[in-house]
Amino acid sequence: MVDTMAHEAMRDRDRMETDVPELGGAGGTRRTVEIDSHAINFGPQHPAAHGVLRLILEMDGEVVERADPHIGLLHRGTEKLIEYKTYMQALPYFDRLDYVSPMCQEHAYALAVEKLLGVTAPPRAQWIRVLFAEITRVLNHLLNLTTYALDVGALTPVLWGHEEREKLMEFHEAVSGARLHANYFRPGGVAKDLPAGLAERIAAWADTFPKFIDDLESVLTENRIWKQRTVDIGIATREEALAWGFSGPCLRASGVPWDLRRAQPYDTYAEVEFDVPVGRNGDCYDRYLVRVQELRESVKIIRQALAKLPPGPIKLTDHKIAPPHRAEMKRSMEALIHHFKLYTEGYHVPAGATYTVVETPKGEFGVYLVADGTNKPYRCKIRPTGFSHLQAIEMLSRRHMLADAVAIIGSLDIVFGEIDR
Amino acid sequence: MADPSVPAPPGPPALVSALATALPGSPSVRMEHGEAVIDASPEGLPALMLTLRDDPRLRFEQVMDICGVDWPARPQRFDVVYNLLSVSLNHRVRVVVPVADGAPVPSVSDIWPCAVWWEREAWDLFGIVFDGNPDMRRILTDYGFDGHPLRKDFPLTGYVEVRYDEDRKQVVYEPVKLTQDFRTFDFLSPWEALTTLPGDEKVHAARLADAGAPAAKPAELKG
Repeated sequence: MVDTMAHEAMRDRDRMETDVPELGGAGGTRRTVEIDSHAINFGPQHPAAHGVLRLILEMDGEVVERADPHIGLLHRGTEKLIEYKTYMQALPYFDRLDYVSPMCQEHAYALAVEKLLGVTAPPRAQWIRVLFAEITRVLNHLLNLTTYALDVGALTPVLWGHEEREKLMEFHEAVSGARLHANYFRPGGVAKDLPAGLAERIAAWADTFPKFIDDLESVLTENRIWKQRTVDIGIATREEALAWGFSGPCLRASGVPWDLRRAQPYDTYAEVEFDVPVGRNGDCYDRYLVRVQELRESVKIIRQALAKLPPGPIKLTDHKIAPPHRAEMKRSMEALIHHFKLYTEGYHVPAGATYTVVETPKGEFGVYLVADGTNKPYRCKIRPTGFSHLQAIEMLSRRHMLADAVAIIGSLDIVFGEIDR
Repeated sequence: MADPSVPAPPGPPALVSALATALPGSPSVRMEHGEAVIDASPEGLPALMLTLRDDPRLRFEQVMDICGVDWPARPQRFDVVYNLLSVSLNHRVRVVVPVADGAPVPSVSDIWPCAVWWEREAWDLFGIVFDGNPDMRRILTDYGFDGHPLRKDFPLTGYVEVRYDEDRKQVVYEPVKLTQDFRTFDFLSPWEALTTLPGDEKVHAARLADAGAPAAKPAELKG
């Protein structure tokens, strides 16, 4: 508001004398102030743009008339690069798409390759993948919820949230050796088994984490300022959310009970019990509430996965697809040959195509994989989640204040690594 | 915040029979890896898509993805692939539309508004033209970019590189200079039946005739 008034005052000084006498007034004058629409450039270097979003906003005063996102500033040609890599070498690119939820995207690619190969991972590997997909979901929601709060002015949650994220990234590091770019899920299983004691550490964390969610909610959920900034802001009705291709928490916040883990379960999601939180109004506040509730559901799934984790192999024993154990290579000539062949030529995938989807923390992440029978993907189309959400900014932010556009961007959970690919 | 009842997925045969009876012009419907695929042509695409969205037995409310696939050897060079999802009936379908280079495809942006960006992306990366799309700008590549990078004949390195020029105080575009030649290794083993060794032509030809589709077989011959 202050900005608008200052702006008006400035324009008044610059204007020619256009004061008109007030009709029937008692000596005073009525001043008419014209505000023309103008375009401002939001980003690409703006902390609330969540990366490299360039948003051209046509403003009417402080009200957004039209929002035109310009994307592609982080385009790295991932799909082109994958066509030049073997199936195994293509996997790490998936960590680098949505770098906030790496393992969930590896999951989609691993499942797509497994589908084309006609193999399924052993049960222990499937449970480990479910366990770590949920840990990744908590990681993602913690970053999104807290930075979203930061965008609208709450500093505390982001400091708390990053401390919890650090604990989870230690779990990532323990299994894969990397905090962020894990490269852990593989077609045919996972790279390594859980190290000794990790399951207990995750269980101990799962006991303390609900307390953290309570704390997070205590500073936000009933906070008056938070609600003023988010309730009834950026409403997507059920029909709009469907038409604009929403998925994940954004779709559920608009009242559509849709979760791929429940509707089209993959790996062992059919065997875990969890609730699918659904919102009612489809505004920024509901998107926040749905994500907070999903944190609690993820903890439930993590507990069940730990309880049900069976013993057994963690990847296929077919060494044409999964590499042999290191110790075996020291003794067995055949294992050595398999290893050499896998890491140079890779495996051949029969010709065919599949569109395989998983529920990443942001929504439906799909891989449309076309194989031509060689050792490299012929085409690997990545269906980024945030692409459709970002496109709807135009619809969501129309006739909202500029500051609300920031809240809307935060509530959509946008990461440019995956949108620009 | 109640636990909703997500609809149970109907079996794929139910979907295929619904597709076969509901769709206009009886397009070919096939199953691939448990996924329903419709092979369609650009003519009649809007009518087909409208039926897919509005027929009560199908109700594909969402288009999740539109992408291109490049097959340079074919006369109809590109496949335009639409992945549709019905959240109310819990099923998916893939519509594959082959199209020649430069031939327009009717836009589906007035059926699903989110198709605008997907079609922009297919235009940007493949040069597929969508007729009726209200906003056919490039989307992922640079402003003023030349060419369509995901075509198979576009080199991986591209043609130009950018850097900031300290003297001219601006970003400049220059032809790509590689300090080391681009290396692409062909690891396909000769005994995988994909390459023909000198003197082995007869065996190779016999094997191809055996296999029918040359590309589909190597994985089975392996090992």
